[in-house]
Amino acid sequence: MDLFEYQGRDLFERHGLPVLGGGVAETPQEARAIAERLGGKVVVKAQVKVGGRGKAGGVKLADGADEAEARATDILGMDIKGHTVGKVMLAETADIKEEYYLSYLLDRANRTFLCIASVAGGMEIETVAEEQPERVAKIAIDASKGVDEAKAREIVAAAQYPAEVAEQIVDIAVKLWQAFVAEDATLVEVNPLAKVGDGRVLLLDAKITLDENAGFRHPDHEALVDQSAVDPLEQAAKAKNLNYVKLDGEVGIIGNGAGLVMSTLDVVAYAGEKHGNVKPANFLDIGGGASAQVMANGLEIVLGDPAVKSVFVNVFGGITACDAVANGIIQALALLAERGETVTKPLVVRLDGNNAEAGRAILDGANNPLVQRVDTMDGAAERAAELAAAGK
Amino acid sequence: MAIWLTKDSKVIVQGITGSEGSKHTKRMLAAGTQVVGGVNPRKAGTKVDFDGTELPVFATVAEAMKETGADVSVIFVPPAFTKSAVVEAIDAEIPLAVVITEGVPVQDSAAFWAYNIDRGQKTRIIGPNCPGIASPGASNAGIIPADITPGGRIGLVSKSGTLTYQLMYELRDFGFSTAVGIGGDPIIGTTHIDALKAFQDDPETDAIVMIGEIGGDAEERAAEFIKANVTKPVVGYIAGFTAPPGKTMGHAGAIISGSAGTADAKKAALEAAGVKVGKTPSETARLMREVMS
Repeated sequence: MDLFEYQGRDLFERHGLPVLGGGVAETPQEARAIAERLGGKVVVKAQVKVGGRGKAGGVKLADGADEAEARATDILGMDIKGHTVGKVMLAETADIKEEYYLSYLLDRANRTFLCIASVAGGMEIETVAEEQPERVAKIAIDASKGVDEAKAREIVAAAQYPAEVAEQIVDIAVKLWQAFVAEDATLVEVNPLAKVGDGRVLLLDAKITLDENAGFRHPDHEALVDQSAVDPLEQAAKAKNLNYVKLDGEVGIIGNGAGLVMSTLDVVAYAGEKHGNVKPANFLDIGGGASAQVMANGLEIVLGDPAVKSVFVNVFGGITACDAVANGIIQALALLAERGETVTKPLVVRLDGNNAEAGRAILDGANNPLVQRVDTMDGAAERAAELAAAGK
Repeated sequence: MAIWLTKDSKVIVQGITGSEGSKHTKRMLAAGTQVVGGVNPRKAGTKVDFDGTELPVFATVAEAMKETGADVSVIFVPPAFTKSAVVEAIDAEIPLAVVITEGVPVQDSAAFWAYNIDRGQKTRIIGPNCPGIASPGASNAGIIPADITPGGRIGLVSKSGTLTYQLMYELRDFGFSTAVGIGGDPIIGTTHIDALKAFQDDPETDAIVMIGEIGGDAEERAAEFIKANVTKPVVGYIAGFTAPPGKTMGHAGAIISGSAGTADAKKAALEAAGVKVGKTPSETARLMREVMS
């Protein structure tokens, strides 16, 4: 889960890291109140989870509460690369003398963590790495030792931060690591880490990604989810413990196992090239042991998407038994009909593996005109794409 | 021979009394696996009956190994307890620990991996978030269905569980030496490269299927390894050609950020290393058929 800048600022503050005073507003009036509290000059920043907001006009200076309210009025509702601005952060201004860069992130290749540190802050670190690789230091972090004072000194030396800020950055690097671990982050990026007029080093921006798998030890992280950005179907799926991602096609997809479902999306997209360019409408992994109830929930979500014109149920029975899946489909259709949500869109079902014969027999026996059985993944994808194209 | 898991492997189950642990212990036994016991400190000293096979429960992995000669542990404990379960297996220096559990925080995986290195890497870790390893007809450590295919001479390594099953099914007339599900998490104990190396060295494996998916650069690194070290034919498949960037698709590792990690980049890297890459599972199976015939 990616955090907004203001959430990152708050998190840094909670962990004792030096940040500027600030607050978040959803209306110009709230912005005004925060500007009054902060006093003097403030910066008004669009809160979007995408880079390049400054260039897009999403960051403005304001002198006093009147201007802050006016700038917030301008920025709220703006579109930045497809993201509508729903919140602005107001922060104290700083007299920036120098800008540096510091981050911790996951290093998948080496199965540990990595610190990236640079004296060149305030611009995209990818650009710096490309144009001035000698100014970007990468320091591997041993996950069992972490970042203590000695490691922090190593980071500071590798980055060649100026001597006059070295002690401050040592302290920041240690605390930032502690925050990274304590919050189960997979990325904390500070850009810029800035030296200001009075000599202090401050964290002036925050890009943080938290590990959703660690949610069980962070009940407070739930409140950080941006409800406005969550697709209503994704939200409904999550409430039913289903792994669903909304996409923008016409063929609803239900399958078991993340890899097989990803593969199903590919096969359907290829088939769609021959049938009106239809595409998968979603990713939905119902996991192992798909009961009738789980199948009903899955079908309800997928059929709840008005863009869906046909549904492809692709199951390879490993642990899951195909007869249970077939019963699930038939019961699910009955269940939905009982609720008055009669299904009118065609379902193409492919069952293979554990008890596939029994499963296919159940589908045939039910004789439901909406359910078509195709016994290969490619053939079923083709049929589902064809039906979706016809329903467009 | 197969790799890492043979008919002589003696398997224990950490979390044997839990619902997943007991369900799959039954299935592993039915597949002919020598399951010799389980670990649960709160039920140590008791016995559990699995359709007529009585298995002893021990307090620790070390004790279970001492009493039974176990050399493989399959871990089914919930995510909150996975790190300590793996650390216990590492402390006992068990040669193979298979971590099935899904939803392990990545800092926990990084921690037990670092611990394994500190302890001299005496334990091979597979997973987490994986279906385990199966040497069909010999032994089964994890949740891969045992009856899809008989033993044979194809080796398989995969990030995905159900895609493993799909390919095993499509190629069931040839059979498999060993299938290894390495899991789709960002940090995993055994990589594609580890499995490719073992298959290259295994006299009972003639050809290798490698299944990857979007995210990270593990497949690109595997491609470099293949180019330099693998002489046996390799057929590849990558899931997620049409996945939109920035979305996590069920596997925590399956997310594309920017240009790196796309299925097309992985396919290109593999093809440059001489690997034939299928666009779909069935095309992949067909390519392997050509290799084997």
